[in-house]
Amino acid sequence: MSVDLDAVRRIAQLARIGVSETETPHLQAEINSILKFVEALESVDIDGVEPMTSVIPMSLPMREDVVTDGEIPGKVLANAPLSEDGFFLVPKVIE
Amino acid sequence: MTDLTSLTLAEAQGRLKSRAVTSVELTLAHLEAMERAKALNAYVVTTSEKALQMAKASDKRLMKGEGGPLEGLSIGVKDLYATEGVHTQACSHVLDGFKPTYESTVTANLWRDGAVMLGKLNMDEFAMGSSNETSYYGPVASPWLPPNWSREKAVAALAGDKRGLLTPGGSSGGSSAAVAARLCLAATASDTGGSIRQPAAFTGTVGIKPTYGRCSRWGMVAFASSLDQAGPLARTVRDAAIMLRSMAGPDAKDSTCWPEPVPDYEAAVGRSIKGLTIGVPKEYQLDGMNPEIVTLWSKGAQWLSDAGAKIVGISLPNTKHALPAYYIVAPAEASSNLARYDGVRYGLREPSADIFDLYERTRARGFGAEVRRRLMIGTYVLSAGYYDAYYLRAQKIRTLIKRDFELVFAEGVDAILTPATPSAAFGIGEKGSQNPVEMYLNDIFTVTVNMAGLPGLVAPAGLSSEGLPLGLQLIGRPFDEETLFSLGEAIEQAAGRMQLPNPWWA
Repeated sequence: MSVDLDAVRRIAQLARIGVSETETPHLQAEINSILKFVEALESVDIDGVEPMTSVIPMSLPMREDVVTDGEIPGKVLANAPLSEDGFFLVPKVIE
Repeated sequence: MTDLTSLTLAEAQGRLKSRAVTSVELTLAHLEAMERAKALNAYVVTTSEKALQMAKASDKRLMKGEGGPLEGLSIGVKDLYATEGVHTQACSHVLDGFKPTYESTVTANLWRDGAVMLGKLNMDEFAMGSSNETSYYGPVASPWLPPNWSREKAVAALAGDKRGLLTPGGSSGGSSAAVAARLCLAATASDTGGSIRQPAAFTGTVGIKPTYGRCSRWGMVAFASSLDQAGPLARTVRDAAIMLRSMAGPDAKDSTCWPEPVPDYEAAVGRSIKGLTIGVPKEYQLDGMNPEIVTLWSKGAQWLSDAGAKIVGISLPNTKHALPAYYIVAPAEASSNLARYDGVRYGLREPSADIFDLYERTRARGFGAEVRRRLMIGTYVLSAGYYDAYYLRAQKIRTLIKRDFELVFAEGVDAILTPATPSAAFGIGEKGSQNPVEMYLNDIFTVTVNMAGLPGLVAPAGLSSEGLPLGLQLIGRPFDEETLFSLGEAIEQAAGRMQLPNPWWA
């Protein structure tokens, strides 16, 4: 499989990475070289094989459903590029 | 004073305990060596003040005959570990200015045991790379001189763009360079596809990626969560064993962290390997493989056999699928993990009046070329219509890869011996500029281990004809790192301690 220029633009948009028109042909070539590299997997017989979900067989540990953390808005916001009154600031998203 | 930086971690531990040296002296010796080695670019941040504070506190405890197993020992930390109040960016611009308000479990374990932090070590951006060239902070130069280079030529290259100097490997290139150049006694590193073991091989140091789950991933900047694992880089097998014991252990904050206690790994160093069965997989014998690597590999098997181990040929038929499957699974998980860098909660923000534009600009400016490439591949293989063909198929192949190992272990194989890398270290600027896959092929011997969640140790085994270090890899059963330490020590004994380069850069 390979991707065309439109697909590259669509992938960039899905990944929320701004890509200029001058970059797209280069990205297309790189993505296609990687897709070509993984093409060999198409011939592997995977009939009846379960996909791996956990590399080490262990069940998810359970704990008491109690609050173990919180009340630290200062710490949560400490690295925010922009914040105000205990909130993260973003551009207006709802008109 | 410089002499102190040449001690092994174990030797330094002994001298601190007997109070032949103080932690402050040891720390100062390292800080001075780091200052003279700035041009190698191994550290992105030096935490001198914090280091001296920690050293003074260690000296107080040592004076009273107290202190943990790593009390007063000088350690470097890969920039991927969250360190409270200290630069933590996984060497990415997208985490610009990020100083966590919390400490990673692995580093917290080190400080609990008395270690002293010297600074944060350079790495490939988000651990995506095999040469440390994708770091936002620039490449790291290996302390090993390129073949036939004079000191003058190397010093001139170091002052310039570093092209032609050797890479210390990646992604833990700052860690491996710092350990080999004696800019710390040992360092933390991390391994998603070979990022501890390939740098170890390239710099003549020892690295172990423990079993998935042995170390907590809490507070490590995530790349591919089902593959990422913490581990140490050190100058001897014993030092790596001492480090891993402190780093590892159960952690309620990581649900994939193994709940069982950590064995005393140092006790396994020097243990007899008589009667152990070592598998040599035929699939690791690649067409056109470097003959030096082939010779080294059989030499390693001979050493283990001389020490009483039984060498058997084995087959791991799905080996060749591991690297392509990795380049689906790892980017897929990365595209999900790195979605968090949005310019809102931390790090870089490229302002815009529109939220989507803000995301796109921030991520375009914040991520380097290799990271962008992998995020796009990951996004593609997870997108509607392609998930089954790529991601699901890769996860099924992963089951097959793991099954290969389970079968040979069930037949009585205790560990597996393989080469660590297809070649000795290459030069900065030499690989991957035309086709990214060229760089990916570096991980061909290491990546299967991550795909199967197994422990893998790389120990230096000799020099190439050009005088560069070469390593061998040992792969173990799940949670049997001890056998790897015993075998690694046997290789180190047979090969002789690696003579690290003199400081031409200082």
